[in-house]
Amino acid sequence: MEALFALAIGVLTGSGVWLLLRPRTFQVIVGLALLSYAVNLFIFGMGRLVVGRAPIVAPGMVADAAQMADPVPQALVLTAIVIGFATTALLLVVLLAARGLTGTDHVDGRESG
Amino acid sequence: MTLALIVLLPFLGSLCAAFLPANARNAEAWLAGVCALACTVLTLGLYPQIADDGVVRFVLPWLGQAGLAFSLRMDGFAWLFTLLVSLMGTLVVIYARYYLSPEDPVPRFFSFLLAFTGSMLGIVLSGNLVQLAIFWELTSFSSFMLIAYWYHRVDARHGARMALTVTAAGGFCLLAGVIMLGTMAGSFELDQVLAAAEAVQSHPWYPVMLVLVLLGALTKSAQFPFQFWLPHAMAAPTPVSAYLHSATMVKAGVFLLARLWPVLAGTDLWFAVVCGAGLASLLIGAAAALFQRDMKGVLAYSTVSHLGLITLLLGMNSRLALVAAVFHMMNHATFKATLFMAAGIVDHEAGTRDLRRLSGLAHAMPITATVAVVAAAAMAGVPLLNGFLSKEMFFAETIFAGDGLLLRVGLPAIATMAGAFSVAYSLRLIHQVFYGPLAQDLPRVPHEPTRWMLLPSMLLVAACLLVGIFPARTIGPVLALAVQSILGAETPPYSLVVWHGFTVPFLMSAIAFAGGIGLYLLRWFYGQRATGGAPLRAPFDGRRVFDIVIVVLHRVAERMVRFASSRRLQLQLLMMISMAFAVGAIPIATHGLARGAAGLTPVDPVYALVWIVGCVCAVGAAVQAKFHRLAALIMLGGAGLFTSLTFAWFSAPDLALTQVAVEVVTLVLLLLGLRWLPRRLDLDDPDRRTRRARLRRARDLALAVIVGAGLAALSFAVLTHAPVEGLAQFFVEHALPKGGGRNVVNVILVDFRGFDTLGEITVVSIVALTVYALLRRFRPAPESIDVPRAQRASIAESGIRAFNPGELLPGGDLRIPAVLVRLLLPMAGLVAVYLLLRGHDAPGGGFVGGLVMATAFITQYMVSGAQWVEWRMRVHPQYWVALGLTAAGGAGLLAWAAGRPFLASLGADVTLPLVGPVHLASVLLFDVGVYLVVIGATSLMLVSLAHQSFRSARESFARDGAGG
Repeated sequence: MEALFALAIGVLTGSGVWLLLRPRTFQVIVGLALLSYAVNLFIFGMGRLVVGRAPIVAPGMVADAAQMADPVPQALVLTAIVIGFATTALLLVVLLAARGLTGTDHVDGRESG
Repeated sequence: MTLALIVLLPFLGSLCAAFLPANARNAEAWLAGVCALACTVLTLGLYPQIADDGVVRFVLPWLGQAGLAFSLRMDGFAWLFTLLVSLMGTLVVIYARYYLSPEDPVPRFFSFLLAFTGSMLGIVLSGNLVQLAIFWELTSFSSFMLIAYWYHRVDARHGARMALTVTAAGGFCLLAGVIMLGTMAGSFELDQVLAAAEAVQSHPWYPVMLVLVLLGALTKSAQFPFQFWLPHAMAAPTPVSAYLHSATMVKAGVFLLARLWPVLAGTDLWFAVVCGAGLASLLIGAAAALFQRDMKGVLAYSTVSHLGLITLLLGMNSRLALVAAVFHMMNHATFKATLFMAAGIVDHEAGTRDLRRLSGLAHAMPITATVAVVAAAAMAGVPLLNGFLSKEMFFAETIFAGDGLLLRVGLPAIATMAGAFSVAYSLRLIHQVFYGPLAQDLPRVPHEPTRWMLLPSMLLVAACLLVGIFPARTIGPVLALAVQSILGAETPPYSLVVWHGFTVPFLMSAIAFAGGIGLYLLRWFYGQRATGGAPLRAPFDGRRVFDIVIVVLHRVAERMVRFASSRRLQLQLLMMISMAFAVGAIPIATHGLARGAAGLTPVDPVYALVWIVGCVCAVGAAVQAKFHRLAALIMLGGAGLFTSLTFAWFSAPDLALTQVAVEVVTLVLLLLGLRWLPRRLDLDDPDRRTRRARLRRARDLALAVIVGAGLAALSFAVLTHAPVEGLAQFFVEHALPKGGGRNVVNVILVDFRGFDTLGEITVVSIVALTVYALLRRFRPAPESIDVPRAQRASIAESGIRAFNPGELLPGGDLRIPAVLVRLLLPMAGLVAVYLLLRGHDAPGGGFVGGLVMATAFITQYMVSGAQWVEWRMRVHPQYWVALGLTAAGGAGLLAWAAGRPFLASLGADVTLPLVGPVHLASVLLFDVGVYLVVIGATSLMLVSLAHQSFRSARESFARDGAGG
């Protein structure tokens, strides 16, 4: 599973980086979204992979961190997901406005030669 | 406490002054005057304490680890300066009230004047060096704002910029210097620093530190070679020149030199640099003053010269010279401020300050003339005035300053010469302006100003006379206190009497007077040829050097930007990604990336299937994003779902829920954006086939593959190592007992790290408002304005164009879904609240709940149409955001009410009727705030984007209607 997880991060990162380097604004937005999946998974993975043990202290259970998934990266990633959405929205609106102003959806605001 | 009040009062006044109406001249003057007067009275009240105990302190702990505290410290010297600053402030406010014309915007003036007063008092009273440097910069800033007060004038802007550049650069050096000094002395507290003279002077850093501190002091006091900014600062209103640029701010430099005299002085380097700068300023200033045409120009250069005199005294490494320096700081402040005020009155009443036009004003304004004559006499050093006493002390010191023949003869000679210049320019100023026939072609008919405008200068002149005639009884005890606070037990005996007999200094004075009169006559004979610039000044024209330096800096910066940056985003991103990769790769290259020993989780075939779909989606989205945006978007959603499932699989239910919910809104968001993007169908674009384009794509692909592979390898290596002992145990252990929740992730978010979350929802709110604001001025590309093709076809088919507000259900194909979606809204609301409430103990929470609720709103919009929905209900997302932030912040403030720190969680068990026992906690209120912010922000962004569609459609209707 660890290998699959790591490969998934690699594939998401690769696709994201490829799109980031493309000239069209929409490609960049999609690329950033893919990259943020990868980064979120990466941070989440720093707590190691644990199956079936959510960080919830059930009644009658001993509060022992070794018995459950690491809650710290999860807390970090949770807010990152929401912020990621907000910044995507901002970027989208900025790029749409730029397209209206410049007449092109090239990231530089003009078609490159 | 009184000390804190003295510093704080002007700042509070400044804040109030900024908000008074633009024409409230009297209110402003009262406010500023009362503030300054209160500071004066408080200072006077502290005198007995200072006289008895020596030092008064006020310390507020701040950054203990860094050795920094907010520390105020008043000894005799600081007391004297505090009195000077606050008293002079009071007088200048009275003067300024009558000087400023009704058209001038007074709030700005008095606000910055008070801010300056506060900052200057801060410098004087700082007991901590770093804090002193901060106040130091604040004075530079307020000086900048005040010089540029009449910012419509080019000379004001230029002078302000020059003053700020020079003094702020000096302030920067000073900061570096005091940090070094504090490090060398082992503390930033003034008391410890002053006691560490030996350690400091034997330290190898001493020369560098000294030069840095001196750069700060010399720039501030306009000393050679930085004297050029002061004359240009004369573009400020005259009260500012009187207050900042003669009496107080420019004294900050010499104040600092005197303050740090016990630690820094006594070395040859100190003697060479300080004396050198002082001597040069003394001569250059005096000579230049003789050739100015502007009254304020004369005064500015004479200020440079007198500050040079003080600097020279401080540089002599003699205790008696220090006494003379402190004495002269006070004397110079009184007579120079008076002269500035007189110059301002002349300008105000006669309409010009040009020495060539003014003449004989003593006939029209005798009181002003008398005041100016006395002050100028003090400046020239006429007996029975205060300037005479300190000048005699100065002359006496020059005789004993050095050992070599050059110093023994040269220094007194130069001092006498400077004295002669001083006499000459004082004479010229007075004679030219006030005597001779009354000038006839002045812009205004000169007459005496109102009594209140004269009052401040009259008081100051009275002080000049009193100190000059009865020095021992007036300034004596105060001066003794000030000098003792610097020198302590080593204070030398000195005598403050008017008549010392026929001594060498008296002889020097006499020569200076004779020489000065001679110089003036000489100057008068050749006077008609004066060009405004002094003959001596040309090689030292600091202004030209300054301008050249600025231009060169600009050019160099431009070159560097052109060389090192690109306007092309793709290139920038390429650089950034390569750099990030390199930074990550370097440690791996040196330390290797070994696989850990931890056991692997066995592969689950179901997850493997999901994995394949996820990876295909990611790659597919990357491939299709250019020509098939919708397909790419769907695949992006697929990758998002895969991410969400991965979270769920590996024990992160909260993340999985949030990811799914965010996926929905992101998709809707991007779908809304698609409409405004240009069509792109040309798959066989010839540009894509060129060799360059192919190479570029190959390069990007290689980079993408390398970065992806690198991150995969890194993740795998980390995942195969056993977890490190992190913070997890703490949070898990304390979640229930201290946070009162079982869901550890949620407890971290709303309780342990609640401040982070508060910051994050604030960011989300700001972003949402920014999106809204950007879209209010949204101008789409012309070809995107029309209703899209598909929509046109549907309209043509159904015949429904505009929405009909009277209808119970929206028309069109979506009538049935609209019914269902309406039923869904309360259900979705219920689920959202359920998720919110259970969040503390089970997966859920404010983020997820808010997203679910927002999705429910959005669905209404999508299915029923924005206009129809808004006809029925107004969501007002901004209110939700505001309410949410208030709730979250309020939950934090509640803790204060209970005497706990901000955002500490409070809980209480209450029994409600019908419901039974309930645990109420402030964190729930906090989570409700998060919930409301997320609903509001999400809907605000999506709805305002959706609105663009029919707004521009409406515009195109209007245009078509007008055209057809």
